[in-house]
Amino acid sequence: MTIRKFTEDHEWIDVVDGVGTVGITNHAQEQLGDVVFVELPEVGATIAKGASVGVVESVKAASDIYTPVSGEVVAVNEALVEDPAQVNADPEAGAWFYRIRLSKPDELDGLLAAEAYQALLG
Amino acid sequence: MSPTLSDLEAPDAFQARHIGPDAQDRQHMLRAVGAASMDQLITETVPAGIRLGHGLALPEGCDEAAMLDRMRAIADRNRVVTSMIGMGYYGTHTPPVILRNVLENPGWYTAYTPYQPEISQGRLEALLTFQTMVADLTGLEIANASLLDEATAAAEAMTLARRVGRSKAEAFFVDANCHPQTIAVLRTRAEPLGIPVIVGDPVRDLDPAAVFAALFQYPGTDGAIPDLAAPIDRLHGDRALAIVATDLLALTVLKAPGEFGADIAVGSAQRFGVPMGYGGPHAAFIATRDAFRRSLPGRLVGLSVDRDGRPALRLALQTREQHIRRDKATSNICTAQVLLAVIAGLYACWHGPDGLTRIARRSHRLASLFADGLRHGGATPRHGTFFDTVTIPCPGTADHRVARALAEGINIRRVDADAVAVSFDETSTRGTVEALWRAFEVDRPTLSVDRLDAEAAGDRLPDGLVRRSPFLTHPTFSNYRSETEMLRYLRRLADKDIALDRAMIPLGSCTMKLNAAAEMLPISWPAFARIHPFAPAEQAQGYKDLVDRLSRALEEITGYDAVSLQPNAGSQGEYAGLLAIRAYHRSRGDLDRTVCLIPESAHGTNPASAVMAGFRVVVVACDADGNVDVDDLKAKAAEHGAHLGALMVTYPSTHGVFEAAIGEICGIVHDHGGQVYVDGANLNALVGLAKPGKFGADVSHLNLHKTFCIPHGGGGPGVGPIGVRAHLAPFLPNHPLRSDAGPASGIGPVSAAPYGSAGILPISWAYIEMMGAEGLRRASEQAILSANYIAARLRPHYPVLYAGQNDRVAHEVILDTRPLKAEAGISVDDIAKRLIDYGFHAPTMSFPVPGTLMIEPTESEGLAEIDRFCEAMIAIRQEIARVAQGHWPADDNPLVNAPHTADDLLVDRWAHAYERSVAAYPVPGLKDRKYWPPVARVDQAYGDRHLVCSCPSIDGYREAAE
Ligand SMILES: Cc1ncc(COP(=O)(O)O)c(C=O)c1O
Repeated sequence: MTIRKFTEDHEWIDVVDGVGTVGITNHAQEQLGDVVFVELPEVGATIAKGASVGVVESVKAASDIYTPVSGEVVAVNEALVEDPAQVNADPEAGAWFYRIRLSKPDELDGLLAAEAYQALLG
Repeated sequence: MSPTLSDLEAPDAFQARHIGPDAQDRQHMLRAVGAASMDQLITETVPAGIRLGHGLALPEGCDEAAMLDRMRAIADRNRVVTSMIGMGYYGTHTPPVILRNVLENPGWYTAYTPYQPEISQGRLEALLTFQTMVADLTGLEIANASLLDEATAAAEAMTLARRVGRSKAEAFFVDANCHPQTIAVLRTRAEPLGIPVIVGDPVRDLDPAAVFAALFQYPGTDGAIPDLAAPIDRLHGDRALAIVATDLLALTVLKAPGEFGADIAVGSAQRFGVPMGYGGPHAAFIATRDAFRRSLPGRLVGLSVDRDGRPALRLALQTREQHIRRDKATSNICTAQVLLAVIAGLYACWHGPDGLTRIARRSHRLASLFADGLRHGGATPRHGTFFDTVTIPCPGTADHRVARALAEGINIRRVDADAVAVSFDETSTRGTVEALWRAFEVDRPTLSVDRLDAEAAGDRLPDGLVRRSPFLTHPTFSNYRSETEMLRYLRRLADKDIALDRAMIPLGSCTMKLNAAAEMLPISWPAFARIHPFAPAEQAQGYKDLVDRLSRALEEITGYDAVSLQPNAGSQGEYAGLLAIRAYHRSRGDLDRTVCLIPESAHGTNPASAVMAGFRVVVVACDADGNVDVDDLKAKAAEHGAHLGALMVTYPSTHGVFEAAIGEICGIVHDHGGQVYVDGANLNALVGLAKPGKFGADVSHLNLHKTFCIPHGGGGPGVGPIGVRAHLAPFLPNHPLRSDAGPASGIGPVSAAPYGSAGILPISWAYIEMMGAEGLRRASEQAILSANYIAARLRPHYPVLYAGQNDRVAHEVILDTRPLKAEAGISVDDIAKRLIDYGFHAPTMSFPVPGTLMIEPTESEGLAEIDRFCEAMIAIRQEIARVAQGHWPADDNPLVNAPHTADDLLVDRWAHAYERSVAAYPVPGLKDRKYWPPVARVDQAYGDRHLVCSCPSIDGYREAAE
């Protein structure tokens, strides 16, 4: 079963079998406007919860991507680098940023459930 | 009764011409804002605690003719001598067609930075030409639209290399054969960042494993032309990067740095038609590989398309810049050197690749002939090959040789006691060579330039380093070679843009006031234009006089004890001021005062400068009224206590409000041992009314290109002097080549030239001289009245976001346009672009508050123009209401489709929900003075996704359009 969680920094993470897929939320995409650039972490990198692991930029804003959990990066969505507009078109599915093998699955407990994230957006 | 002679002499004639509204208009405006008198308005607006109780101790004003007489007397104290000192500054001829139609043309010099691309296509095209020229000549892929000077460009390259490089080494290597001012500025910039600088010989002293990058000069400051391929290979072997400081004219005949592996090239474009001006302003350049483009500092022009698919230019990749990235920006640079970059690029168009090569080869030939002749006189140049600079060893007799050359009317460089150097340039002639031979006592009656040239050995360029690759092949570098073509090209470009010669430019925080013609005239006088920054002090007495007078006047105006004119933009002033604070703390053993508090409303340069000066930025919140949240400030000052270094705050605030708590704010910071930096960008509301140096600040920069009439030039030049209180005076900038340019105990140079952009200081002095004490105060008062008048007129239509005591704004006002998004789907961009249809440049958009407009009329705009602007804003508000009411669809109305080009309107079948006449002539007055934008709304995202930053081939244009 997939569990989707959210962060206050407007990332989402889906976890299946200990591997999380991370992207930014539709709200984040709307706030940024037309995305023109995405920088992704390196596959194989070990990253700690809260670390800045990439960047997403529109013409007017630049925003760091923070990893919601610790672990090892196992895949990145290279297609976004070629076509950053996908982040606007399909933020919460096709335009995922990277996949991470969780080293501390407990960290998921500290993230927001869908309702809590909705409440945050008000 | 007949008037007295004094009345008839009209000492206030200029101020009445500078200040737009007359006495009657003023009464009308005062009534509209509900003030009985100007004094009442000012009393209600400016907090009593900071208000000056007396007038400025400056002379009374004068008219243009009297000022020009006085200016002439100052200029006459400079002595124009042919300067062959080199070191990055060379004689050049500004092509008269460019002098008259660009440098002296308000259509170019009064424009603002091209943030609104639809009304800036002309200068954007000229800047793209500059970028293309730099990329071509350096052999690198991407160049920006200018930096401030060669030395700071080298420093920017150093930090760029540190950012993108993969070497983990900490140190930076600098070739000892770089210009000495470059080395000195690098040391200033490296120190707070903790970068050790190693200066040495690239062959002997360079350990590639120990450095993240190295800077070489090519050709070297002494004229040597090093073959850099081997050292660059060694650097790359250790993953370090190579930076080459170079000379554009030399690159027409020498191999391009990109061709022997350079990762970054920097230099000055001065000798492409820009006068020396005692050190500036000149456009510096930086070029690099495509891979590093996202880390390039400064503004970058790129190609995009408009909504109809026409090719259109705009500023690209803005997320690198301080206004977006703040303390994570690639650099603090904001105002750059646009006007000078435009001139340099056009100089290349004017001469074309062949013309430039001819100038280069002529300079080189004259240098070679001079060197050949010397051999006949028994002297041997240090290097067998060179481009334009010949260094001659002369043990113990350098001073004698310099004196002999001066007797011939020529400045040569005293390298040290045992060597001199001579740099040839576009202005050198055979007469120059003969005069120099005499100076070197080449006593051979038979020696003649022609004979030598006939015999001659020819070129002295190193075989392996001769340029073979083509450059400037784009048609723009060959289409405008006749004066008729150039004249019309310049007119065509200027016609595409809105500058102050067309309409009010109501940009908040930018102070787009009049740049009077009389203020501008002196800058092209040879006595100011042709002085080399390192000319002997006796030849620059006029400049010394000017610097002294202007510094004293600025001290009087700001209440500070000392002023440095060296920083050549506001950003550099911030940097210098923060370095002074840092040095002050350190001089007292306070090594840990490294926190810089900055309100969230600050301009982006503030946090970017703080980081460069070695501070850590801590953001202070603003309260609901937009003022610094005093409780948050208290908490953060206490939290950081012994680490508190400084507070940077703008006054009046970036929100255009006189914060009543400013005294308390300064007090809190001082109580915790911090220093107060007041950003003086908004000084136009203070002159003659209050002095930052007296209400609690320790240091400020001023933007002479705002308050003191230096024109914006389309994005530079600027001058950003700093004023400091006495305790910081020992830490002002100084200069290794001019001991009187700052205190010996100073922080080192922050600019290449001792007095920065000295060549444009006459403008600010002229303004102060003509306005006089009273005129200056009146200007501030009028600026405040005009902003309050706009607030009063527009308040019924748009909410005024912030106001100070008695509901008064300072010299600018923010209108909150955010609610219109929800109400009618209309964004701040739509309003800004619709203003173009009404013939106006938009106000400042989204600074300091996203989604809002900040309007600053300045004292120079007359009542009729202000009313015309207000009426446009009101008409636009009514248009928005029609959208909200459903009268026009949300996706097809004159706002979302703005601006409308002539092309858009001249379609055979008009298919919009509103009339053509509504699109083009929304108010009747426009029929007389319509501005037609050359492109429709520019697609920002397209250009950033498909980056093109040099002149595209015609096919490229076509592709972009498809
Ligand atoms: C409030 C403020 N501070 C600093 C600056 C930076 O000045 P400059 O562009 O001369 O570097 C500006 C310029 O727009 C400004 O508005």
